[in-house]
Amino acid sequence: MPSLADALAAIILASLTAYVLLGGADFGGGVWDLLASGPRKSCQRDLIAHAIGPVWEANHVWLILAMVLLFTCFPRAFASIAIALHVPLTLMLVGIVLRGSAFVFQNYGGGGGRVFAIASLVTPVLLGVSVGAVAAGAVPARVRDGPFVVSYIDPWFTPFAFAVGIFALACFAFLAAVYLTLEAREPELQEDFRQRAMISGPAVFAMAVIVLALFPQAPPVNQRVVALTAAAALGTFWSLWRRRYQLARAAAAIQVTLIVWGWGIAQYPYLVPPDLTIARAAAPRITLELTLIAVLAGAVVLFPSLYYLMRVFKGTNDH
Amino acid sequence: MSDVLAARSQMAVSLAFHIIFAVIGIAMPVLMVLAERRWQRTRDPIYLDLAKRWARGTAILFAVGAVSGTVLSFELGLLWPRFMELAGPIIGMPFSLEGFAFFTEAIFLGVYLYGWEKVSPRAHLLAGVLVALSGAASGIFVVIANAWMNTPTGFTLTNGSFSAIDPIAAMGTPAAFPQALHMTLAAYAATGLGVAGIHAFLLLKNRTSAFNRAALTIGLLVGAPAAVLQPIAGDIAARYVARRQPVKLAAMEGLYETRAGAPITIGPGIRIPYALSLLAFHDPRAVVQGLDAVPRNEWPNVPLVHLSFDVMVVLGTYIALVGLWAGWLAWRKRDFATRRRFLWALAIAAPCGFLALEAGWMVTELGRQPWVIFGVLKTADAVTPMPGLIVPFTAITLLYCALGVIVVRLLSRQIVRSPQA
Repeated sequence: MPSLADALAAIILASLTAYVLLGGADFGGGVWDLLASGPRKSCQRDLIAHAIGPVWEANHVWLILAMVLLFTCFPRAFASIAIALHVPLTLMLVGIVLRGSAFVFQNYGGGGGRVFAIASLVTPVLLGVSVGAVAAGAVPARVRDGPFVVSYIDPWFTPFAFAVGIFALACFAFLAAVYLTLEAREPELQEDFRQRAMISGPAVFAMAVIVLALFPQAPPVNQRVVALTAAAALGTFWSLWRRRYQLARAAAAIQVTLIVWGWGIAQYPYLVPPDLTIARAAAPRITLELTLIAVLAGAVVLFPSLYYLMRVFKGTNDH
Repeated sequence: MSDVLAARSQMAVSLAFHIIFAVIGIAMPVLMVLAERRWQRTRDPIYLDLAKRWARGTAILFAVGAVSGTVLSFELGLLWPRFMELAGPIIGMPFSLEGFAFFTEAIFLGVYLYGWEKVSPRAHLLAGVLVALSGAASGIFVVIANAWMNTPTGFTLTNGSFSAIDPIAAMGTPAAFPQALHMTLAAYAATGLGVAGIHAFLLLKNRTSAFNRAALTIGLLVGAPAAVLQPIAGDIAARYVARRQPVKLAAMEGLYETRAGAPITIGPGIRIPYALSLLAFHDPRAVVQGLDAVPRNEWPNVPLVHLSFDVMVVLGTYIALVGLWAGWLAWRKRDFATRRRFLWALAIAAPCGFLALEAGWMVTELGRQPWVIFGVLKTADAVTPMPGLIVPFTAITLLYCALGVIVVRLLSRQIVRSPQA
């Protein structure tokens, strides 16, 4: 029987999933901006800017929400992560600041296109590195006494963490390419992104294999989740092949959602292994109850607003 | 530089930078909505042009505000993990609510900025109203969390950890109302008079510009009433501080000895007898607690807090007077654009609201030291154990300096250069 704390941990993971599916794709757009090539180079860049523009700030709030819920409901977990992963998280923040401001500067005639694209490449890797360090059980509940490198570099400066970082980047680029097939109006541009999606799909698969191979212990993955993820991946590939882009978008979103939840299920009941389980890191019950109420009340406002935003800008009627 | 000082400096730089963008994000939507409403009523294209230019400026400022706000939400943990570990369950509530308010703000700002041709005029205006409302709400929620650090409530403290916590009582902390009121008015006063002041300056160069005239009027409409009301809100805030954080008040006023009939000291050597007792307790004979009431190691940096407070009061008084002047001219139905002296006074007021706002936050934050949670947790005990904090402090400072320069350059291109100028 899942506890109240489990429910809130699931809400945090759901918020992170939304960030990956929406905000992640915005970073992926930056990657394709960096890799724009061929005769339609500038059309590709315009399409990306047009697709990200109205939504990236709202998409970004999912990360803030996940952070706020984490420090409210699981303060010990937040503190341990913030101490051990200070370096990659600070670098990630610099990336977030550079990406967001360079994007808006570029849109308003201030240049900064390169900065936007490079920050879009680096930031997801650092996010993935941080997640990788947590998943590997390298974040202790209390920081180890010892030299700087042992306490603040070793937890995340590992092949596994960087593999997760590149895996995150591949997923974001893949999602962006799939979504952009639906944003493009010209068939050639659509083909450009179809091609990119069909290249980055296998890259996601290859990185998944590398991540599992580098996992420090025997990877505690749930076989059923892996099978479902593989099925979704094949579904995405097939839909792209048949140019069924609506279907491809749904399948890609399901595929990446399963990857995120596969991580969550694999480390359950731990929130920050090896020391902190969800139950142990949880705030007092009154906080969890009130937060749950706040989240439900917030959702009543949030979801209709988000639906409206997506309908105005991402509706298919204007294609 | 010690690690605690580096962490405090990084937090100070991050907050001082973010606060500018945050208050503009709260108040600019009100100006945009007023301009758009006038356009819808009068069909005068100047107002549409104004609304669109302001929207472009707001887009830039809001983006920088959003990313610098993200930095702060992480920095709370990166720099002060012990504080968040202790306080997270109690003050997470206003932060969670702020998260949703910010979501609403970002969503409808997207609709407002990119939806001119995609939604109906009425829906567009409504989106602007929602941005303004949710912006004010998110500001208030964050200030409530800060107010709790000044007057912590809603828990029992046993052996350095909290028990019997009550997040709802924590949100009703006594400092919440005065701080939220003072800060919300400050946002409207600084932004409104900032905009009006810029256009006053442009009008001094080109008196006939109808564009600048319209912009100045709307800026005054938002900024002047807030600036005039602010001293009242300041009085409410000061009386709360006198009762709840007497050490902070003593530092603000440079009062070293507890005494009845306390005077106000302004700068070096100017003293107004009985004034402090009168202001703090509305009684000239009231006893005001001085710094001598607490041990020396619990004093904030008195000269800095005192100076910041005086700067805030002087600048705040100045913009309140400019606001009154504007009200008087409006009441006498005089044309602002022909009053050279008024335009100069307004142009000088443009940065004053923002400087007063920064000085005010210096008072609040420095005045609370050495505590992060007043009377409960010292700032030095909350800091991360990671050494070398001067490195992230330097990096964030350089990053924000560069961003500041770019933003100013872009904005001067986007909004300041009015079509007729």
